[in-house]
Amino acid sequence: MSDPRQNSSELPSKPPIWNDPKYRAMFFQILLISALAYFFYSIVQNTLDNMNARGVSTGFGFMSEPAGFDILQTLVPFDSTYSFGRSFIVGVLNTLLVTVLGIVFATLLGFLVGVARLSNNWLISKIATVFIETFRNIPLLIQIIFWYALIVGSLPAVRDSFSLFDSFFLNQRGINLPSPGYESGFIYTVIAFIIGIVGSFILRIWARKRQEATGQQFPVFFSIIGLIIILPALVYFVTGSPITWDVPKLGRFNLQGGATIIPELVGLLIALVIYTAAFIAEIVRSGIKAVSHGQSEAALSVGLTPSQNLRLVVIPQALRVIIPPLTSQYLNLFKNSSLAAAIGYPDLVAVFMGTTLNQTGQAVEIVAVTMGVYLLVSLLISMFMNWYNAKMSLVER
Amino acid sequence: MRKSLLLGLATAAIFSTTAQAGTLEDVKKAGVLKCGVSTGLGGFSAADDKGNWKGLDVDVCRAVAAAVLGDATKVKYNPLTAKERFTALQSGEIDMLSRNTTWTLTRDGSLGLNFAGVNYYDGQGFMVTKALGVDSALKLDGAAVCIQAGTTTELNLADYFKANNMKYKAITFDTSDQTIKGFEAGRCDMLTSDQSQLYSLRIKLAKPDTAIVLPEVISKEPLGPVVRQGDDQWFNIVRWSLNAMINAEEMGLTSANIKSMKDSKDPGIQRMLGGQGEKLGLDDNWSANIIEQVGNYGESFERNVGTGSPLKIGRGLNALWSKGGIMYAPPIR
Amino acid sequence: MYVTDKILPELPAPSNSKGIVHWLKTNLFNGPINTIFTLLAAFVLYKVIPPAIEWAFIDAIWFADSSSECKLANGDRKDGACWAFITNRFDQIMYGFYPEAERWRPNLAGIMLVLLTIPLFFEKTPKKAWLGGFILVIFPFIAFVLIRGGYFGLEQVDTGKWGGLMLTLIISLVGILFALLFGTILALGRRSSMPIVKSLSVVFIEFWRGVPLITVLFMSSVMLPLFLPEGTTFDKLARAMIGIILFQSAYVAEVVRGGLQAIPKGQYEAAAAMGLSYWKSMFLIILPQAMKLVIPGLVNTFIALFKDTTLVLIIGLFDLLAIIENVLGADNAWLGFHTEGLVFAAFVFWMFCFSLSRYSMALERKLDTGHRN
Repeated sequence: MSDPRQNSSELPSKPPIWNDPKYRAMFFQILLISALAYFFYSIVQNTLDNMNARGVSTGFGFMSEPAGFDILQTLVPFDSTYSFGRSFIVGVLNTLLVTVLGIVFATLLGFLVGVARLSNNWLISKIATVFIETFRNIPLLIQIIFWYALIVGSLPAVRDSFSLFDSFFLNQRGINLPSPGYESGFIYTVIAFIIGIVGSFILRIWARKRQEATGQQFPVFFSIIGLIIILPALVYFVTGSPITWDVPKLGRFNLQGGATIIPELVGLLIALVIYTAAFIAEIVRSGIKAVSHGQSEAALSVGLTPSQNLRLVVIPQALRVIIPPLTSQYLNLFKNSSLAAAIGYPDLVAVFMGTTLNQTGQAVEIVAVTMGVYLLVSLLISMFMNWYNAKMSLVER
Repeated sequence: MRKSLLLGLATAAIFSTTAQAGTLEDVKKAGVLKCGVSTGLGGFSAADDKGNWKGLDVDVCRAVAAAVLGDATKVKYNPLTAKERFTALQSGEIDMLSRNTTWTLTRDGSLGLNFAGVNYYDGQGFMVTKALGVDSALKLDGAAVCIQAGTTTELNLADYFKANNMKYKAITFDTSDQTIKGFEAGRCDMLTSDQSQLYSLRIKLAKPDTAIVLPEVISKEPLGPVVRQGDDQWFNIVRWSLNAMINAEEMGLTSANIKSMKDSKDPGIQRMLGGQGEKLGLDDNWSANIIEQVGNYGESFERNVGTGSPLKIGRGLNALWSKGGIMYAPPIR
Repeated sequence: MYVTDKILPELPAPSNSKGIVHWLKTNLFNGPINTIFTLLAAFVLYKVIPPAIEWAFIDAIWFADSSSECKLANGDRKDGACWAFITNRFDQIMYGFYPEAERWRPNLAGIMLVLLTIPLFFEKTPKKAWLGGFILVIFPFIAFVLIRGGYFGLEQVDTGKWGGLMLTLIISLVGILFALLFGTILALGRRSSMPIVKSLSVVFIEFWRGVPLITVLFMSSVMLPLFLPEGTTFDKLARAMIGIILFQSAYVAEVVRGGLQAIPKGQYEAAAAMGLSYWKSMFLIILPQAMKLVIPGLVNTFIALFKDTTLVLIIGLFDLLAIIENVLGADNAWLGFHTEGLVFAAFVFWMFCFSLSRYSMALERKLDTGHRN
């Protein structure tokens, strides 16, 4: 480095180009990009070389070939004559099914346990603590295997099913329920239901306006129940009960007819719900504790009832703390549902990355597509939650 | 930063091995044969509690090691799941695959593999509990079936039930262990798999007598060792190691009498035990090593899956062609 | 007028505000709803706990040479737990197929690690940083040489024979070590002012956080071999490790980023004002402070990683769970004791995770010195 005093007559000279942070950064980034480009190029090249050399077929042509196998649980029609592409859809839908159900139940159970842990009832709060500490510290895979083994191992065989009214059955092969068959008159009930929902929205807006104007409250909750449940029910009976129920009956091997909830789904769901609920409970607890006690005191002192305090003051504030970590729990649940393969629930990983991969042998395409699906849904959930979070966040002045 | 890079490179260097030349040279240089086997299937390839591998498929690995390296124990077993087996072979992680794998056109044609022969003629069958009172697979309409994912079994099952206009529910598990556990717990009415596996799975039941294997065989499942395409010399070595075992049984050569038979005047035995190794790129003792260290096909069969084993599978199709079976090896001459 | 010239003795509290009865009244039976809850909970506990204790302890069989001692004459199993299944195969559960004669090697490595780590927990240990550095940088090599062998006359034990709890610990410790390294680099990258570095880090992190570990493991076991030049192969364990490290470093990066963001801007400015280069200011000023803040978060990440190691079962490595499920579970000599195996595995994992999470909470309390209030 030259001493700047020696040429003090000139302006302070610019640092040489290799010492200028701007150029250095640029150089470093170009280097990084080229290294990465080379890295990916060589991976792609290697893969192509390897597959060519070994005569492995490539491309997505297999997606339209007939699958040739059957799947235990399908939300869209599927049998062995449908294509591999269809089996992919079946897998995605099964994954989404268990995710949605899991999120709903895990949220309910998590909030319940979280509140129970804060309960002033010593016994309840201790039970909640033990629940949380037990289930979040045991690997999910063990829990899934355990619950599945418990269901299949300790529920009665088909012939000795627990039954309710001879139409609901519980046995080691799942839960069998009557499934509805719709007749033409059912459309009126659907219309009544839609009217009920629209009416409820209008009613709510009207009631809120009236409360703001006059201070009088309207029993919105009960009116909405009336509109959504009682109105369609009335229409249903007036039109002469246009649903025929397909009741399961004991066949030679299994219960035939009706709908079946498979034990794989139940086992996976129980494990996912309990595991995730243990984490959600902790999030809920810290969320509620984060709301300053002064808020409750203030609410009570202006005359709100304890339940109004919880509903209007504590929970809205707690939610702001709860939502970001809750999102990542939902994402975890979605990703964890991929452990379904361990007990044979036909999710995306089991059907597509398992069976289809084996039948076609096209590992690269299938693994890439599977990861792509998870990535896409993960990004969608976190985008939605970011939007919701922004909407809920404190508007600061 | 630099340290991390070095560390990474060092680990890569320690864990990775590079194979450039032909498989035979690689194996000779490494002094050990990398053989892909199953993660555990009694009688075919399974590790005991000391980690020693045994079984009919394992014996093929051992035979190749004996032929190439002169020592049947110089095998590194690589337990593979059904999913991994083909990529492991394609990528060169293993030198050969001997893992109850069915020879089909798709696998031969589009996966870059070559089947070197058949070491067990199998067929898909059904196992049911005795209590069910079923004596034929045709009476299984509406049954729940436990099955292992990603196998040819899964496809045959769908075809069979469709052809006979019957309905079924497939409960698909990832491994054969899960499948038998599901069957034992009563998740399904029957279990379907290759017949050899049915016997091997049956002894895993707490009470094996409660299950029976139905007589129907609904598919052809020729199982055999597999190598990569494009290395004909290696393909020949694996193929003829297996053929040597079968021919040895036909000629009455056993691990017990091989020493004395070396001086035999029978021209067939003379050809078998000397002078042919060069054509495969091996030394002349290759076949004698196989027979001495592994035994002939019959010995291997009886020891692993036949009367000398808990499986007690009859020879059936796997008897020699001269004894009512279809096990037939081209002559060594 | 009465004036006392000495202090009166303390009177006991009124009987309705102390003692068991008072405690019960305020904590269990305050109000009808709470009473109902209490009774309900007590009933459930009564139904669950005594039978569980009876199964796990009172009726249990702890040691036996064969499974027949756990079974009745007709082949059905006895009522109690058969822990003999575990005690009988304990060695295999710990080491997998690692040769018996060589087991002193992993033992030695384990003991060394424990002895080296203990001083770190004491405040007064001198040169903690050097010790920590030794554990992070030098020790892994020692452990590797010890466990794998092949040098210094030690017999080589291939990774295929590693298994059991030993493998679970190796995977999780090596995983967190490298994940820490790459995760820190990624976190710095994400906070970098260079746009390309920043966006690449974001893409990398979000990618690995968006996919399930099981697909990552599949990728590394099925696809990785195809990515490499022809003929180059990786050990199966090494491939699984690569997948786990990539996956985990994304999570570590997010934790470390939290710590970096918590460092006041003044610290960055002060470091720059002192004329420190980027790397010097990071390693001497920012990271030491940030790392201290994120230790609890890192412990939680480690717990998650530790639990996730069970997934290697699916790609055919024999970790603790896989040994119990796939090896012992398929062993003809001990059929029908699946539950005991699962309960034992669950207990081992629970013990590790629970004590670690308690440790992380205690640390959090210790490090949280009054910044908030």
